[in-house]
Amino acid sequence: MDIQVFLIQVLNSVQYGLLLFLVASGLTLIFGIMGVINLAHGSFYMLGAYAAFVLSSLTGSLFWAISLGTVLAVAFGYLLEWAFFSFLYRRDHLQQVLLTYGLILVFEELRSVAVGDDVHGVPVPAALSASIPLGSTMSYPVYNLFISAACLTVAALLFLLLRRSRLGMMIRAGASNREMTRSLGIDINFVFRIVFALGVALAAFAGMVNAPASSVYPGMGNQVLIVCFVVVVIGGIGSVSGALVAALLIGFIDTFGKVFLPDYSGMLVYLLMAVILVWRPEGLFRQRAV
Amino acid sequence: MSKARRALLLLALLALVALPALTGKFYVELVAKIMIMAVFAMSLDLLVGVTGLVSLGHAAFFGLAGYVLVLAAPDKYAAVSLWTSLPLAVIASALLALVIGALALRTRGVYFIMVTLAFSQMVYFVFHDTRVAGGSDGTYLYTKPQTNIGSWATFDLANSTHFYYAMLVLLIVSFAFLRILLASRFGHALRGIRSNEQRMRALGFNTYAYKLAAFTIAGAIAGLAGYFSAVQFGFVNPEMISWHQSANVLLMVILGGMGNLLGAIVGAFALVLTQDLFSSLTKHWLLLMGGFVIAAVMLLPRGLTGGGLAWKGWLRGVRGG
Repeated sequence: MDIQVFLIQVLNSVQYGLLLFLVASGLTLIFGIMGVINLAHGSFYMLGAYAAFVLSSLTGSLFWAISLGTVLAVAFGYLLEWAFFSFLYRRDHLQQVLLTYGLILVFEELRSVAVGDDVHGVPVPAALSASIPLGSTMSYPVYNLFISAACLTVAALLFLLLRRSRLGMMIRAGASNREMTRSLGIDINFVFRIVFALGVALAAFAGMVNAPASSVYPGMGNQVLIVCFVVVVIGGIGSVSGALVAALLIGFIDTFGKVFLPDYSGMLVYLLMAVILVWRPEGLFRQRAV
Repeated sequence: MSKARRALLLLALLALVALPALTGKFYVELVAKIMIMAVFAMSLDLLVGVTGLVSLGHAAFFGLAGYVLVLAAPDKYAAVSLWTSLPLAVIASALLALVIGALALRTRGVYFIMVTLAFSQMVYFVFHDTRVAGGSDGTYLYTKPQTNIGSWATFDLANSTHFYYAMLVLLIVSFAFLRILLASRFGHALRGIRSNEQRMRALGFNTYAYKLAAFTIAGAIAGLAGYFSAVQFGFVNPEMISWHQSANVLLMVILGGMGNLLGAIVGAFALVLTQDLFSSLTKHWLLLMGGFVIAAVMLLPRGLTGGGLAWKGWLRGVRGG
């Protein structure tokens, strides 16, 4: 493998890893703080991608589509928490699994009713459509660099929010002791609603920003969801920094696996999980509050 | 079991025995399929309802057995013997369950749900990505396994009435086996683990070993169901292992009511018939299905066999943390 190919694969790994992180961080936060296992989280990624497809053809600009889509996603998450997820907190995991599974069916089918079951592409914005030549035969699309940069920015903002802001303090407090936080006069239901809306927006953002690079297709959310479960298991439930490390690890394993072991690449991620389960059953970063 | 319930059960059994005489091939095949799913659902009930282990990867064992049947045939037109391929398939599923269980049972609660899902997805990719049995397209099985014992021709799996009765026997035998298992010391230990694992460990039970044994037995019985599902449809593909299949069987268990095996059977009938009804109504039937799933779990948390609607608990508000 020469250096150009290696470099391209490294960039691909980072890009995939960061996308996974955006989806998985919401998943792990929602579990860590509300105690809800949310199978429908992959649907938010799928809805984001379709929102990018619809909004970019309406507005004619991907940047407007992403901005508008993110606002819509926050509002959607806020509403969905109020209308549906707030009923799940006191139910057991089994019921949460089935209720959110039902929600997946609803989202997938609504998508099918609204946009149909065809595979769609989202055009790359003209400003980012160039490619950087690498060597004589290879090149790397600028848009893919943009994806990594955008995800990295969002990830940094997320850490800043969680570690340095008053809201982040409330979220961390809610994660470590819900009852105590409530008795200190913090409206925990409001914190839940914000965290959920944040999780939805992160997943939808990942779907939107990645839409021009991949295509937009039915069932895309489920694929992401299951890999994100692996990210959460490896990183340790509730740990956002664990999710970052695990997502990047999986980004590298999956990308390089596709190069070296194309027939077995689908399995590699799960093998990694098996190895980590033997070594550390509770994930790499267990119980470090956010 | 109350007297009324016992009478109802007897009546249902009689109806199942009489069914092929009363209806045509369509319903005979449909009910045979449901009975296979009922065996599958009962095996999961052993984990979810009895032991308290929520597995979201149970389709792995179901699907593997189907694949073993296909791979056991030297070429796709040659009939294999039921008496050799069935044990092979069941043992393969049991071994897979032993390995996955040994790893997954190191975790608990919500981790366990995610890990079982992830491992079944791994098995899915083994058959989806590699060419062992047709990759993502799957493989046809052109001939049913033959059931001769020596030169004695017993029954014919290609005949839908014979197949129906074979599945009825399979259902009854699996039910009886699991009932006996639950009544044994082993079954009581599993129920003890569900209600308080800490206490069981303090009493000196090796709960890990008990859970692993339950996981392996459940995997083997799921394999039994998967084998006959492949026989019935003459076809295997990775969708047999997909997580939708795992979620489906979990739905059957909770829809019927957990922990008493009968619920799993009722749930299999209720879910498959509902799917059939919805898919005959509209192209977008999964929308109805999603609503049905949500309503069923919200309103019937103890399932169809577990008593009335939970209107009150639901309305009183389970909102808030």
